[in-house]
Amino acid sequence: MGQMYFLVENEETMTSDSIKNNRNNNKNLTKWFSEIPFLRESQIMKIHYITGVGALFVVAIHIMMRLIMPFNMSLEFENVILNYKNIFYALLLESILILIAIHGFNGLRVILLEIRQTQIWERAVNILVIVAMIGIIAYGTRTIIIANGFSLG
Amino acid sequence: MKIFKKDKKEEEITNERSLKLERSNKSTNNNNSINQNSKKLRIFRINAVQNPNDVPHFDEFQVPVKRWTTVLDALLDAKSYQDSSIGIRYSCRMASCGSCGMKINGVPRLACYTKISDLDTNTITCEPLPNFPYIRDLVTDFSQFFAHHRSVMPFIQNKKADIPDVNELSEYEQSPQELDKFLQFSYCIKCGLCYSACPTVATDLKFPGPQALSQAYRYLADSRDSDKSNRLKVIDTSHGIWRCHFAGSCSNVCPKGVDPALGIQLLRSHLLGISNNEKKIAKLKDRSTDSSYREDLEEQKEEK
Repeated sequence: MGQMYFLVENEETMTSDSIKNNRNNNKNLTKWFSEIPFLRESQIMKIHYITGVGALFVVAIHIMMRLIMPFNMSLEFENVILNYKNIFYALLLESILILIAIHGFNGLRVILLEIRQTQIWERAVNILVIVAMIGIIAYGTRTIIIANGFSLG
Repeated sequence: MKIFKKDKKEEEITNERSLKLERSNKSTNNNNSINQNSKKLRIFRINAVQNPNDVPHFDEFQVPVKRWTTVLDALLDAKSYQDSSIGIRYSCRMASCGSCGMKINGVPRLACYTKISDLDTNTITCEPLPNFPYIRDLVTDFSQFFAHHRSVMPFIQNKKADIPDVNELSEYEQSPQELDKFLQFSYCIKCGLCYSACPTVATDLKFPGPQALSQAYRYLADSRDSDKSNRLKVIDTSHGIWRCHFAGSCSNVCPKGVDPALGIQLLRSHLLGISNNEKKIAKLKDRSTDSSYREDLEEQKEEK
């Protein structure tokens, strides 16, 4: 029979006033991460598409670099560390990390926002996604720096 | 006693009806060009407003059909002769008003625009439009749909058009090329079929839906409109145009040949800056200085 909707007065049945109020509330609550602050959705999606295409290129280079020697050899500890020691390769890994973290977490945000449409949920998703993205980038950058030979301690 | 009378009346009606059917069957045998037979009509029944706990179910009716019988004709036949309590919304019967939208054999269609002979089945299942709250039987609540439509400001906004003096009435100049940019989107009859077919609306009720978004593009692409920024602000949100998955089902079900999915993509490309849709607002012509226009006005006054 498919999904059923009943005419019941709840948050799912919206009038034009309630839609406008929601949008006004969204504007007022921008600082509370109901929407991503300082960025319009079109700007976020522009970043999403650019990072997606960018990630495609850098990951392709990363995979091709695995083929300069036999695949099992390329994954040996010393070879991996040698890769990190190469500053260009370290920068490539860093760019993969940043591009994929931004693209992936924004994709996750988009999926999660579609599941529920309450203010609390949207705020929680936006905050968690930004925190997770920053956390992953910070942790990955730390790994690259350590492996590159610079001690943080 | 009254009940007995009513039953008797019903019996009379059914007898008349069976006689009519017999006659029509005879005429069918005589004339092969008229193909009349009967089909089973399964109608979704619910009374959600009066009884929120009402359990939805299907009622079945046997209806006579001819080659040109539409689903709306069949429904009205069932309502007239078998069960007058069937809830249907309809008006023009010619696919102009968009009132009789419903799910027919699993696909959102206009009942008045769907011929039973085209369905090629012996059983026709009619259900209310998905993604709309039920009111009763096949009647659904469009308030949310129209609220989204209103939110995109579906009207021309141009501050230059506010001319209080009647003598300075002017007209917009619009070339056929400018008209072509939005013409197909202006054929929308707001029947809600695209909205009901949209998988994103099914999960995200804040999503404006293909109808509202294509109308936003229709007014954005109109050379007479000058207030695009406010309209874009409304749709450029986290539940706005970017949540479209481009399933394309909206364009598949549109009875008027509008392509809402195309409108959404054009609007997206505009927001991304790929297409700036260079609009040229026609200069307002001051008709108070136009001598021929003055002569016309004077003639009109004299006639009065």
